[in-house]
Amino acid sequence: MKKFSIFSLARNALSHHEHWPEQWRSPAPKPAYDVVIIGAGGHGLATAYYLAALHGITNVAVLEKGWLGGGNTGRNTTVIRSNYLWDESAALYEHSLKLWEGLAQELNYNLMFSQRGVLNLIHNVHDLQEATRRVNANRLNAVDAELLSTEEVKAFCPILNTSPKTRYPIMGGTLQRRGGNARHDAVAWGYARAADARGVDIIQNCEVTGIDVEAGRVTGVQTTQGTIAAKKVGIVVAGHSSVLAAMAGFRLPIESHPLQALVSEPLKPVLHCVIMSNGVHVYVSQSDKGELVIGAGLDPPNSYSQRGGLHTIEDQMGAIVELIPIFSRVRMMRSWAGIVDVCPDASPIIGKTPVEGLFINGGWGTGGFKATPGSGWVLAHTIATGEPHPLNAPFALDRFTSGALIDEHAAAAVAH
Amino acid sequence: MLWIDCPWCGARPESEFRYGGEAHIARPDPATTDDAGWGDYLFMRSNPKGVHAERWMHREGCRRWFNALRDTVSNDVLTIYPMGTPRPDAPGDEAEGG
Ligand SMILES: Cc1cc2nc3c(=O)[nH]c(=O)nc-3n(C[C@H](O)[C@H](O)[C@H](O)COP(=O)(O)OP(=O)(O)OC[C@H]3O[C@@H](n4cnc5c(N)ncnc54)[C@H](O)[C@@H]3O)c2cc1C
Ligand SMILES: [Zn+2]
Repeated sequence: MKKFSIFSLARNALSHHEHWPEQWRSPAPKPAYDVVIIGAGGHGLATAYYLAALHGITNVAVLEKGWLGGGNTGRNTTVIRSNYLWDESAALYEHSLKLWEGLAQELNYNLMFSQRGVLNLIHNVHDLQEATRRVNANRLNAVDAELLSTEEVKAFCPILNTSPKTRYPIMGGTLQRRGGNARHDAVAWGYARAADARGVDIIQNCEVTGIDVEAGRVTGVQTTQGTIAAKKVGIVVAGHSSVLAAMAGFRLPIESHPLQALVSEPLKPVLHCVIMSNGVHVYVSQSDKGELVIGAGLDPPNSYSQRGGLHTIEDQMGAIVELIPIFSRVRMMRSWAGIVDVCPDASPIIGKTPVEGLFINGGWGTGGFKATPGSGWVLAHTIATGEPHPLNAPFALDRFTSGALIDEHAAAAVAH
Repeated sequence: MLWIDCPWCGARPESEFRYGGEAHIARPDPATTDDAGWGDYLFMRSNPKGVHAERWMHREGCRRWFNALRDTVSNDVLTIYPMGTPRPDAPGDEAEGG
């Protein structure tokens, strides 16, 4: 792996950046691996990286039906935060945030990780009570959180309309200063490059079409590039979790929905933080390119079509103009959707499946980008040792039988 | 946006409707169902990549419920049928999900 540094940048500038080596290989699949990871999104690539880097397991393939990072990793709005209500979630997301804080150095890759602060708005008395409870819960879990008054919200983000005359007046906010954004693609690329350097084969254009199970144990996968044997297999396919589970003969409490986002024309810096509002249902940040990045709710019908309805976007644009009236004449440039895998309690499933040697990491729904490092870290541990780490043990599939749900739906300060 | 043919009002845009999720999920008797069966009823869903049987309500029209078969890849609504009747066959009715 060629290390990125000020010197290698300068050296390559002299040759017009024409001699950089490929960042990862494109190998043909071997007939067998110790571990096969299905899905080269951020979560799958992080899993492969930590398997190699922390557990010494390098005979690993990551199989991707399209191109790496082309799923939700490359489609999301990159809000990163860890201010979840319940202890189990706070521990998992905070572990992830801590990994983010050192990740660019660890991977030698510029992730453009920016802890610009995530501001969740409060619009009514119920929001205020929920937010106060959440801030207190966060602090007990050593997650940074502050409760702001309307005046403090205005001082922190002056472009917000804090007039009491709006339809949903801003009554305050919660702020996680360590939250922020990162460059979506860079996370996938950084993990891919670092995993590849440790011997992991990343195989793109290789769709898994079947999972081989013998006497209750996984033995390999069928793919568009032939049969690949594996001692252990991890399903990390986001919106396609139910499809892969069906190949192995079990069902999941997951439904897949389109989630849309859109970006504006580039503007001069105008918004320095991430704004989220559960009440009017929208969130927005500004990318380093200057585009406003806007997202909100799911399209209700489950679908794999990777496109949503314009009426959903219309709702969130109405909300944004209400919150930040100076955005009313900004032009929107592109909109798109990703297929997200939603669990009934809005928490992920990370752990074992009914098939021995087959593991799953899915159900992250609308909010898994922020968890990319931690998600890969705990899944690598689970695959390497065969048992979940204490951080992901509560997120087992059997919680839907035991009833021990981790209900973040109402609790977690909007869906992302 | 989907285009849905309400059996009473005719074809209308999706924004007039409320989605009701997967159809034909029968409630088991809680007295005789074990935890796995109850969890299955409450939470497990077929979520197919293909034909899906689902419920809709014409919220901003007649406010009546009905069932539909829809292809979750093309989003085409294939068949509309009354609630309480069995799932009809649809062209290409082979779901990839489980
Ligand atoms: C519009 C939008 C906005 C979002 N905003 C946020 C946000 O602000 N903050 C946040 O934390 N999260 C957000 N999310 C959620 C987040 O993007 C996801 O939870 C996260 O990226 C999931 O990561 P992943 O690596 O598992 O998924 P993906 O990147 O989708 O990777 C899964 C991969 O599996 C591949 N695959 C599927 N089936 C097969 C098969 N049969 N064989 C081989 N490969 C297969 C896919 O092609 C894909 O590349 C958003 C999502 C969307 C769509
Ligand atoms: Zn009607």
